Amino acid sequence: MNSTVAEPIVAARGIHKHFGHLHVLKGVDLEVAERELVFVIGPSGSGKSTLLRCLNRLEEPSAGNITVAGIDMLDPRTDINHARQHIGMVFQSFNLYPHMTALGNVMLALRKVAGKSRTEAEKLAQAALERVGLADRADHRPAELSGGQQQRVAIARAIALEPRVMLFDEPTSALDPELVGSVLAVMRSLRESGMTMIVVSHEMGFARAAADRVVFMDHGLIVEQGPPAQIFESPAHERTRAFIGQIRQH
Amino acid sequence: MEEIVQSFFNAEIAQAAMPIVLAGLLNTVLLSLLVVPLGLIGGLILALLAQVKGPLVRWALISWVDFFRAFPPLVLLILLFAGLPFAGLELSGFACVAIAFFLNTGAYYGEILRAGIDSIPRGQVEAARSTGLSGLQTMTWVVLPQAVRNVLPDLLSNTLEVVKLTSLGSVVAVPELLFQARQAQSVTYNPTPIVMAAVIYFLILWPVVRLLSRLENRASAGRA
Repeated sequence: MNSTVAEPIVAARGIHKHFGHLHVLKGVDLEVAERELVFVIGPSGSGKSTLLRCLNRLEEPSAGNITVAGIDMLDPRTDINHARQHIGMVFQSFNLYPHMTALGNVMLALRKVAGKSRTEAEKLAQAALERVGLADRADHRPAELSGGQQQRVAIARAIALEPRVMLFDEPTSALDPELVGSVLAVMRSLRESGMTMIVVSHEMGFARAAADRVVFMDHGLIVEQGPPAQIFESPAHERTRAFIGQIRQH
Repeated sequence: MEEIVQSFFNAEIAQAAMPIVLAGLLNTVLLSLLVVPLGLIGGLILALLAQVKGPLVRWALISWVDFFRAFPPLVLLILLFAGLPFAGLELSGFACVAIAFFLNTGAYYGEILRAGIDSIPRGQVEAARSTGLSGLQTMTWVVLPQAVRNVLPDLLSNTLEVVKLTSLGSVVAVPELLFQARQAQSVTYNPTPIVMAAVIYFLILWPVVRLLSRLENRASAGRA
């Protein structure tokens, strides 16, 4: 191994996941360097979301090793709630707390997990909303926000905890096309600030412009990976080519 | 007509019985303030246990809830009051009512709260857990507030039943509203105090009924 390459911030090795008889992940290895933006693409059922959810242990892997920011995520002695503070996650369906305002959504974990005082949590939450361009929506409930705004609040909720890594699980799939741009813009600025990001998404334009690496998964395995230009323009595998052709038609 | 007014709406008797009946009202209020929170606590414990996924806990829970929902609360109360002294436990009527309600209405509140918790999408829990909230914190700050709001009409409706059921206390000599009214009736040989109790029950419960139907209308409008 090249000694100038820093220790990866995310290292998953030999990840298997079974759901009953279904073998969803069949030995996946994924390493992500600090400040890297990795795109994971693949047909539905390929295991890409499951892989992402294994990284912060929303799913329990059946076998394998996962280290995130130096923490052994699968060690039973690891305080998983503490470890998860370092791993932000954004979901396809936003999952904002509907009974709280935008500010309240961002403040909750700052108060209860990071142990900040009310005034400090409020200040940090307000700053996080500022970063996603929604400072003026702090008092709005999720139901009063558009899908794009809700997803940006969800991003603010995650980044307020100053995570080392951000996981995005199809962040724009539930959005009307005209709202996708605002979410991608926030992700791009996050990228520019040096955030390490793992993104499950089919936003090819964004991947091409911002991703360092594209990983193609199929049937629970990584088929191939490389720079976006290589994967999109000259994929080595037939399955990759077929899949890229399919998503191009949309 | 004169006779009906004399026996059911006798002003003289009403005046004389008023302090007795009001003392009963006070006890009914106190009893309600005791048994409603007790039932809610019992229900919350059952609803939280229902989240534990294990066959043993599951079956124990189902048996418990089924038993106390099927068991008539009046029979349960008399059994406790008459039976516990044989077990060496001499409890006041008040305490027996509290225990019986904890068991009986707790089972009902538990089913309502469980339905409320089950109505919260899985994504809410995942989002909360992904930010590092513990299971208990997630339940307290994310799931329960939404769950309670979703089943508020049912909780209120059950509470209405519980307050009405406190009249069962009269059977074990708890001096609540009905008991006091019947005392006054037997002293005056006139049913006016019973009418007074009925009017008081109506006056304290009617606003809750109004509130309930407003909530139910709002809920059905929200669904439309």
